[in-house]
Amino acid sequence: MTVLLIALGAAVGAPLRYLTDRAVQSRHGSSFPWGTLTVNVLGSLLLGALVAAPVGPDVAALLGTGFCGALTTYSTFGYETLRLARDKSPWTALANALTSVAAGLAAASLGYAVTRALSG
Amino acid sequence: MTGADPRRVDPDVDLRVPGDRGELRARPTAVLGVIAAGGVLGALARAGLQTAFPHRPTGFPWATFAVNVTGCLLIGALMAVVAAGRTRPLTRPFLGVGVLGGFTTFSTYAVDVRLAVAAGAAGTALAYLVATLVGALVAGWLGDAAAGRFLRRRAALAAPATVGGGRPGAGGSRAAGGPAPTGRADEDREAR
Repeated sequence: MTVLLIALGAAVGAPLRYLTDRAVQSRHGSSFPWGTLTVNVLGSLLLGALVAAPVGPDVAALLGTGFCGALTTYSTFGYETLRLARDKSPWTALANALTSVAAGLAAASLGYAVTRALSG
Repeated sequence: MTGADPRRVDPDVDLRVPGDRGELRARPTAVLGVIAAGGVLGALARAGLQTAFPHRPTGFPWATFAVNVTGCLLIGALMAVVAAGRTRPLTRPFLGVGVLGGFTTFSTYAVDVRLAVAAGAAGTALAYLVATLVGALVAGWLGDAAAGRFLRRRAALAAPATVGGGRPGAGGSRAAGGPAPTGRADEDREAR
């Protein structure tokens, strides 16, 4: 059952990352990976909210491990950072790495705090 | 980062790469289908490792660390092969966007750092934060370099057989010496 829920969440999360990335990247011409940053921050926000919520293991498998796990990506983020370092400048790569980590952590904390506040 | 498409930054989808730009309109069901299938495989592999190697909130999340670093090693290698033009159109969506994207995770990384800090293990959180970032970048670079070297060696081995059947010495030396300076020139040009 858990396996099916993780699979279902990932089957939605991975294509949604691709579509979100496409949509965000089509709105600007720069090579800065705003699309990947968007999915990683949204996924961190949702997972942060989820771990603070009183949800059962089924919802955690579906939305947490499956959906958020597949919506966000470290491999794409890592590869983009390397490409920026080579093609643009080490500073652009550093900006991407620091922005992603800082925004991801802030989003996870925000999600966590909002759920805590709402659930009392 | 040898030999990769000079325009490509995003391995998921880079709209400056013509193949990426047209792939969704050309066959939306196939592209989204292989991404979903790959994502399921990657996510299940990640979940299996996380279940097999659990960690306490104050402990170092070794499973997720290994998943993210390994995923970066593999995407480096994969994109070098993709850039060499030796793959089918759905290879990158399936393996890169789907399998490796579903395998690695940024959300669990961020939340685990946050939870370790909340549990009073700020030192572990910082070590995990930095080690994953540095490990991922080194692994991605290694994967690209290893795949690039493998592709060049295979091209060099294949060249004498097609070029100089009767004179292996001359053909061999040309084949071995030929691609390397070109590659360096390409890198120099791209670096400027």
